[in-house]
Amino acid sequence: MSEDRPNPDQLLSHLQAQEPNAPRGRLKVFLGMCAGVGKTYAMLLEAHEKMRSGMDVVAGYVETHRRVETQALLKDLEQLPRLEISYRGVQLQEFNLDAALLRKPRLILVDELAHTNAEGSRHSKRWQDVVELLEAGIDVVTTLNVQHIESLNDVIAKITGIIIRETVPDSIIERADEIELVDLPPDDLLQRLKEGKVYLPQQVERAVDHFFKRESLVALRELALRTTAQQVNRQVQMERAVSGTTKTWPTDERLLVCVGPSPLSARVIRTARRMASAMQATWLAVAVESPTLTGPPLDHLRRNLRLAERLGAQVHTLVGEQVADEIVAFAKSNNITKIMIGKPAGPIWREWLRGSVIETVIRNSGDIDVLVVKGEAEGNGSPDAPINLKISTPPYLWVLLVLGVCTAIAKLMSPFFSPVNLTMIYMAGVVFASIRLGIGPAIMASVLSPLLFNFFFTEPYHSFVVRDTQYIFTLIVMLVIGLIISGLTQRVQRQTQALRSRYLRTISLYFMSRQLAGAADRDTLIKISTRHVGDVFQCETVIFEAEPNSQLEPRHAAPSSFAHIPSEQATAHWVFEHQQWAGCHTDTLRSAQALYIPLTTSARKLGVVALRPRQATFTLDPEQRHLLESFIAQLAIALERTLLVQEAQKAQVQAESEQLRSALLSCVSHDLRTPLASITGAASTLLESPQPISEQTRNELLRSISEEGARLNHLVGKLLDMTRLESGSLVLQQDWYPLDEIVGSALERLRDITSHHRIQIELPPDLPLLFVDGVLLGEVFINLLENGVKYTPPGSTITIRSEMLAGMIRIVVEDDGPGLQPGTEEAIFHRFVRAPADHSPTGTGLGLAICKAIVRLHGGQIGAENRPAGGARFWLTLPQRSQPDFMATLDHAEALR
Amino acid sequence: MNSSPMTILVIEDEVPIRRFLRPAIEAAGYRLVECGTGKDGILQASQAHPGLVILDLGLPDIDGLEVIKQIREWSKIPIIILSARGIETQKVAALDAGADDYIQKPFGVAELMARIRVALRHYHSVQQTESAPIIQAGQISIDLTRREVRRNGALVHLTPLEYQLLTTLVKHSGLVMTQRQLLHDVWGPGHADESHYLRIYMRQLRQKLEDNPANPQHLITEAGVGYRFRVE
Repeated sequence: MSEDRPNPDQLLSHLQAQEPNAPRGRLKVFLGMCAGVGKTYAMLLEAHEKMRSGMDVVAGYVETHRRVETQALLKDLEQLPRLEISYRGVQLQEFNLDAALLRKPRLILVDELAHTNAEGSRHSKRWQDVVELLEAGIDVVTTLNVQHIESLNDVIAKITGIIIRETVPDSIIERADEIELVDLPPDDLLQRLKEGKVYLPQQVERAVDHFFKRESLVALRELALRTTAQQVNRQVQMERAVSGTTKTWPTDERLLVCVGPSPLSARVIRTARRMASAMQATWLAVAVESPTLTGPPLDHLRRNLRLAERLGAQVHTLVGEQVADEIVAFAKSNNITKIMIGKPAGPIWREWLRGSVIETVIRNSGDIDVLVVKGEAEGNGSPDAPINLKISTPPYLWVLLVLGVCTAIAKLMSPFFSPVNLTMIYMAGVVFASIRLGIGPAIMASVLSPLLFNFFFTEPYHSFVVRDTQYIFTLIVMLVIGLIISGLTQRVQRQTQALRSRYLRTISLYFMSRQLAGAADRDTLIKISTRHVGDVFQCETVIFEAEPNSQLEPRHAAPSSFAHIPSEQATAHWVFEHQQWAGCHTDTLRSAQALYIPLTTSARKLGVVALRPRQATFTLDPEQRHLLESFIAQLAIALERTLLVQEAQKAQVQAESEQLRSALLSCVSHDLRTPLASITGAASTLLESPQPISEQTRNELLRSISEEGARLNHLVGKLLDMTRLESGSLVLQQDWYPLDEIVGSALERLRDITSHHRIQIELPPDLPLLFVDGVLLGEVFINLLENGVKYTPPGSTITIRSEMLAGMIRIVVEDDGPGLQPGTEEAIFHRFVRAPADHSPTGTGLGLAICKAIVRLHGGQIGAENRPAGGARFWLTLPQRSQPDFMATLDHAEALR
Repeated sequence: MNSSPMTILVIEDEVPIRRFLRPAIEAAGYRLVECGTGKDGILQASQAHPGLVILDLGLPDIDGLEVIKQIREWSKIPIIILSARGIETQKVAALDAGADDYIQKPFGVAELMARIRVALRHYHSVQQTESAPIIQAGQISIDLTRREVRRNGALVHLTPLEYQLLTTLVKHSGLVMTQRQLLHDVWGPGHADESHYLRIYMRQLRQKLEDNPANPQHLITEAGVGYRFRVE
């Protein structure tokens, strides 16, 4: 109703609602002016009709109030079992939402939309249950009395004198696909009432005289009719817009309502809503928050803004000191045609002092209409938060002490100074009281100091009588200044406090975001944020993380934590599914021990954050809520970041292993098949040759078989080594080894191929032992020496040298051959990369990759370069651990023998 | 050696390997008995009176290690195991269980025959408790009766432990000895895990006896398995 001109979004949503496969259920509301008009009966008749047409209808919750006709109609319907909730020893029956979702009928009847669910239900209001049903694609038929509509709440209270606490937001009514008015003329209703045919809810029973007066009923009936008409009107317009009928929109009005920190604003907001609705105008609510606004007034302001939002206004908050200027500027920039503002409620002197906002708005608003309406408080909020003057003894005793000290000092000074100067000492006392002791003691000091001054220092002494009229002036000024100082100091302190708490929260947010930015893995992230949120909000905090299968896993929760209780986990699940806040301090599932908040970024659902307050006094004011949201948004972004990094890494690993697989395939297909082909060919020649083969050919073929077999064995050995190293399951078997032994065993293995080369070993005899895996490090030398032999012409010299560096040993294997092709120094350590040496067909391209893997496992480094004098140089460094004093134990062992 | 040809028992499940072993072994003048399973092998070891067993560690029915243990319960005949590279712990376990030597697959026939000869020679020298008082290996000569070690004719001073280590290796010359066996024989029980002592002493021996300690010709390291004293 607030936005009767359909905008594209509305049209779109309308179209979606019309689609045959629309996922959302349809809502039909039977609206009545009050209890007893026959809504439930009408609803049941409708259900029967639908059932006859073959629809799957279930009665979710129908209250018959033991009326025979109603019960008879209900009997033929399938009824859902009700949810039994025991609350404070009373068994209550509620609508069973889960059973309904499980049963998933086409249409469900849910009576009394405005009902408040018993504590322990999932939602605090039944209309929230209905919303969930609609979201699940189930059509809902429900009943509602007009006095439960939020925006009409205050009007009805006026008519009937009863404030109805159970309200349904207007958005639900606007969302209804169909509204059917169940009407009964007031006289007939009164007649039925007399006959006892009307069941009265308890709260109405008390006020039955007010409610069921003929005038009230007529007014209520009018409201019900009007609401229905408005809804019908809205639908008509929507249809027109959809069908493309051109029509001038009735108004182009934009209404701006000014929301203040006063509880009186509530009525202004409701009035604005009704007027906007009647004018079919867009309406906006605006509040001006000044930096000095703190404490209860700020809460009121926020509460008022929330009300406006609930009623469908676009809500804006401006910041500035000059309230009126801000409002006018905003109105002008937003094409507002009407400004609605509440009548000032405060005493007139306040306006003289501060200037009237209304007058400034009126004066500056230009061609914008300004409507001034009367405000009224609602609920039990008082217009002004009372100043806390709670008497607590010590501060007041302190005041007496301070003033006593002041009097003593003044007494000492009185012989030397004129009495007027002595008032300064009392002023100092007042300042002290207001800074250190609070507003109450400060006021007390302000009042007492003129009295004391008068008593001790004006003639006649030790009496409150004032003889000199000049002193009367002094005393009054003293009092006024004292009071002003008290007020000012108090205000400054309150501001400081507010700033401090804001500052602390900003700081904690800043710290968390900084730490989150530094944390690399998700575990650390979760630990950091759990701690921060827990500290700032004084809550036991648990983060439930969503597993890939959408299961929620509490992270780092103590075994005794609430996070392991099934009902709490169910709440977390609900929050994760529905992406709404729930748990304690919310309207949904509030019997839970903790508050549950979805942890979500725009792209994905990450999990749920749960906060269980440590203290019973925990509250969640809007500012805290806002801060909490910021915390959780920070965490969500950080978590998503790590997820993205993980995914990127996984993709990279996948790409690499893909590359490796193709390299492996080419290796297997070429390098394995070539020797196999030679062996098979040679053997088949020997076996199947039709002519006798000469001795020489025979020997050649046999040698080829033997050599190719050896080559195959070599290749398979390397592949196995690489696989073993890459599998990650390899555990180093480190022990203390002399390097010469490792080199020696490698040379022993290569005896057959090194015979044409000169191997020169320059290892100092006093080289310390190395803490390494001897077998694996031996493989490194085997591979390096093999390479050296393979890539240098016979007769070349291969040298192995070593040198001790700080904390490490560097070992060099170098030759005087042709050297490496420049630019390939890095690449040769990759798998299946071979140096392009034409005289070496037997390479596997794995040797250096194996070396690199082994050296890396040892925490060392390996590299290759060309020697300045020509030839290739391979070097590796290994960290050197301090060697235990073996010789001492050895001598000992020797001596023992 | 007796006049009748000695029997060699081959326990190996791979037919192609048995196929090339048969002509090689028979050509060297031995009689050959083949088995495809470990259980059959244990049975034949007692019935066929073999002078030497060639055993593959990867058998289809029971672990090769088990075969060694069962044969060792009643016989000291030489056992040579066939094993692949890269599984050194398996070899060490087999040697510690009582196998005399190993040969790595794939292997040449010449290599196998050399191992068989060494194992048999060692077996018979132990049986007859006759050992030459002076052992010559390249530049090294060891006089067991005078407890003197010379290199190129010059007397080399060895500590008692070094001498003990050298003679233990020499007594098994040609055969591999695991670190555990050496530690047990030289240092005595209770030192079997202190293999770094062994490595330090081996290094000292090489520095005293070998011409090029980093490329030894006699005191050979079998990486991951143990040491071998090579005479020629």
